[in-house]
Amino acid sequence: MTATTVFAPARRRAPRLLQPAAVLLIAAVTIGIPLWLVAVTSVKPQAEAIKPNLSLPHRVQAAENYQQTFDQGKVVQGFVNSLLVVVPSVVLVLLLGAGAAWVFARRKGRLTGTLYALSISGLLLPPAVITIVMELRQLGLAGTQLGMIAVYTGMYLSTSIFFMTGFIRNLPEELEEAARMDGAGPARVFFQVILPLLRPVIATATIMVMLFAWSDIFYAFFVLGGGEKATLPLNLYQVASAQLYLNNWHLIFAYVVMMSLPMVAVFVIAQRRIVAGITSGAVK
Amino acid sequence: MVDTATRGALDATRAKDRSASPRRSRRERVRRKADQPWWFALPALAVFGAFFLLPNLLNFVYPFTDWSAFHPQIGFVGLSNFETILNDGSMARDIRITLEYAVLVAVFQNGFGLGLALLLERDTRFNRFFRAVFFLPVLISALAVGYIFRALLAQDGALNSVLSALSGHQLDTPWLGSTTWTLVVVTLVHGWKWMGLAMLIYLAGLKSMPGDVLEAARIDGAGAWRTFWSIRFPLLAPAVTFNVTTALIGSMNTFDIVQATTGGGPGSETEVFNIYMFRIFGQGLYAQASAMSLVLFLVVVVLAVPVIVGLRRRENNQ
Repeated sequence: MTATTVFAPARRRAPRLLQPAAVLLIAAVTIGIPLWLVAVTSVKPQAEAIKPNLSLPHRVQAAENYQQTFDQGKVVQGFVNSLLVVVPSVVLVLLLGAGAAWVFARRKGRLTGTLYALSISGLLLPPAVITIVMELRQLGLAGTQLGMIAVYTGMYLSTSIFFMTGFIRNLPEELEEAARMDGAGPARVFFQVILPLLRPVIATATIMVMLFAWSDIFYAFFVLGGGEKATLPLNLYQVASAQLYLNNWHLIFAYVVMMSLPMVAVFVIAQRRIVAGITSGAVK
Repeated sequence: MVDTATRGALDATRAKDRSASPRRSRRERVRRKADQPWWFALPALAVFGAFFLLPNLLNFVYPFTDWSAFHPQIGFVGLSNFETILNDGSMARDIRITLEYAVLVAVFQNGFGLGLALLLERDTRFNRFFRAVFFLPVLISALAVGYIFRALLAQDGALNSVLSALSGHQLDTPWLGSTTWTLVVVTLVHGWKWMGLAMLIYLAGLKSMPGDVLEAARIDGAGAWRTFWSIRFPLLAPAVTFNVTTALIGSMNTFDIVQATTGGGPGSETEVFNIYMFRIFGQGLYAQASAMSLVLFLVVVVLAVPVIVGLRRRENNQ
């Protein structure tokens, strides 16, 4: 932080107005236009929304559009379904990942190394989505939320194990040592010493998993399919597939707005922590 | 049993460590057997093994069967699924398109991300606000992003009407209908969606630069351009590694944006692996989809490993 502030004034005297102007222009074109298109189309009547454009609506019918999408798109059900698979997945990824990371960070030897390498292979390898379906069918978990949680957990464990192992390796062992001297068993050391220390990296892992799992449709489609257990993005896919040939862009975009607002709200509230979490995890 | 085996290996490495690293020998002490018992790692290993590794192993079996929606039994059929995807050209096409897609995304996502990071580098309130603005696309689901750009880029969509108004005559460029350029357009959208994340990571890299090195460069009379290419960019190596690898790997698994913008068209020219699997699985040809899944697995292994090793080496050479 000091590096940039010390260095900046000498370099940037000339383009003092250029930078804000450039930022405003780029933001307006690349972010402003797409978001404006969504917002403005979502309140237009169908006749105006058939050819999506940037002009202001002649008639605003926000309530009608949002009400219709809300009912047709099963927003509440989708939201609950999304929470039911994403939250348990995140908790399991963090908890199981932390346990494994603790062992991998502290134990030495070839077996530990091999198991660690195997556990983080998911950072690289693509999940075998077709055979996942086969396996879940044989286990009786196809189309269930439990199956979806198991798949997400398996997919993102590598990420959390990788970040957490690196983090624990940099923690001084003396802290655990002291607890053990006081007679704490492994379970107490883990839950009372290690887990609280992991807070920053838990934030990173939570954000990363949320970003992907909350908006996933590919794996959800194979495991959950449509119907009763469909998550929010799956509902959007169904709404959009049904409405696209009718060019009902106003309904699609009303859904996009409703679906995106929770994530944006979470970001606005926890912005600082999220930014710190992402950046501290990636570049060590 | 497992434990005694590790103890042996553990003692051996400890003995080596003691002579190699004084820092480690300082915290050397008698370690009780159960300081970090293996059962803490077991749940993670079990879930990961059962729901990630096992399906990937099964993926080496099912492609050689006739598993499909059309008959209850599953029997081995040898290489016929691979012959099918080889002979109808879909394998070669999907490999080519996925690789082009991944490389273009890596270029755009990192180009945009680094550009924004440099533009918003100074820690002012103005810049902090706009960092958040550029992060917004990361928060919108990829599927929704796809639909937004489908509306924007349609032949009678918003972009063409803006361009028509600006140029004064009617334009109807088929942004998503060209067999050559649509792939580039879709990867630009993909880069747009993730540029905010790359930006944050580059910002973190820029902030962690040692001030004295930059100061020395300034005293030596290096301009901003020279400082960037000779000092700051090489020092960004870890951030570049992270961003390029995640972009390459993430975009080889892409689905949502392509499905929402083009659905793989026009004429299959944006059909990446996952679009193919989705389509073929939907037709009930499970084993054939699994064969393509195995091809994806092998392509990722063959390509990602050298990329990561190479980038890591570049980092270490700095």
